[in-house]
Amino acid sequence: MSNATLVSTVVNGDAVQFACPSDESLMTALRDRVGLTGVKEGCGTGDCGACSVTLDGQLVCSCLVLGVEAEGRNVETVEGLAQDGQLHPLQEQFIEHAALQCGICTPGFLVAAKALLERNPNPNETEIRYALAGNLCRCTGYDKIVRAVQAAAKDMRKAKRR
Amino acid sequence: MRYEKPATAKEAAGLLAKEKGAAFLLGGGTDLLVKLKMGMVEPDLVVDVKHIAKANEIQTTAKGFSIGAAVPSARLTEHKALQKAWPGVVEAANLIGSDQIQGRCTLAGNLCNASPAADSVPAMIAAGAKAVIVGAKKRRTVPVEKVATGPGQTCLGSDELIESITLPKPGPRTGDAYLRFIPRTEMDIAVVGVAVCVTLERGRVKTARVALGAVAPTAILVPAAARALVGTSLDDEALEKLARACSAACNPIDDKRGTVEYRTRLAGVLAKRAAKIAFARAGGKS
Repeated sequence: MSNATLVSTVVNGDAVQFACPSDESLMTALRDRVGLTGVKEGCGTGDCGACSVTLDGQLVCSCLVLGVEAEGRNVETVEGLAQDGQLHPLQEQFIEHAALQCGICTPGFLVAAKALLERNPNPNETEIRYALAGNLCRCTGYDKIVRAVQAAAKDMRKAKRR
Repeated sequence: MRYEKPATAKEAAGLLAKEKGAAFLLGGGTDLLVKLKMGMVEPDLVVDVKHIAKANEIQTTAKGFSIGAAVPSARLTEHKALQKAWPGVVEAANLIGSDQIQGRCTLAGNLCNASPAADSVPAMIAAGAKAVIVGAKKRRTVPVEKVATGPGQTCLGSDELIESITLPKPGPRTGDAYLRFIPRTEMDIAVVGVAVCVTLERGRVKTARVALGAVAPTAILVPAAARALVGTSLDDEALEKLARACSAACNPIDDKRGTVEYRTRLAGVLAKRAAKIAFARAGGKS
């Protein structure tokens, strides 16, 4: 690998270093160099959201970020959702509502839904549909996904009150 | 491909000036990375503007706002004072792509990508926004309507970059609005976009700016449309005149999103609706 740049970053709370060519996307770097294959490649052009991650808390398509741009930043992927072996309420409710079939879009939906609930803990259906408009699903359809997000939001609000 | 992240706009301009190969600026990357993936561009040098301090700030000054070239749309929405002063500009920037895209895309990038259908550009034009352009040797300020010169083309020299976009402080009783038409509810490219900004005096329009997107090779300012509104309180006759002036200014293409006839007619219809919103935001009663 010629012209590789060494990138030091934090992924899901862990310090990570990887070397990648400067024209490689963060999506490819996360999948092939860091081994986080929960980051999915759908379109590779920012239309489908399957590669969604957060960068310093901001939801982005990792296919539209260069790997070298992650230097010194904080990256969160779907692998960071479950804590201490405990699934995130969103993951629990996606399973409960069968809000997935082939699963390719699911990590992106989970990351985007988590970003939404951090900003708005009690979104209505319209808000959820707009917030997830950047995530495409070609098999389940969106209804179960929306209901799973609503149920997870409810769980999370309840857990917070406790 | 070399990747550089200069700390100042001047340094960035110096890198661009020195480069003999193909050099590209990287802001949010929502256009550049797609072109890179598609093989439409083969950069020798990519200059990331996100490490330029000034390009990352939204500054509120006595004269108005200065929005750094690297500030993503999501941050415009969070800026309460900007939202209050220029709701039309913020709503236009919010229409660009998904939440994921909003986290990266910038006003300066939307302008420099120079798509005729760029949503934020008509809104910036109507609001009287200017681009602060830094070159290797000089700085200049250019009204936004003069930046794009054709589809994908700008007035920027090979050693120049936009450091920030300025928006004036809106005068009292000023309101702006942007509307676009797409066949879906989200995630599409404008068939037509219309931005209107009005300032009122004693309930009537004192000054106005009207800008159209997706109906010509670049977004355009339409002075005749603005004149149709001045002196009126948006009565039916003024709105009809506005619609006719907008349709007359159209020079669109036929494509899968709309025909020439459709876009021309639609520009007038949307202009009337946008004018009513801007008028109401300025405190007008019709």
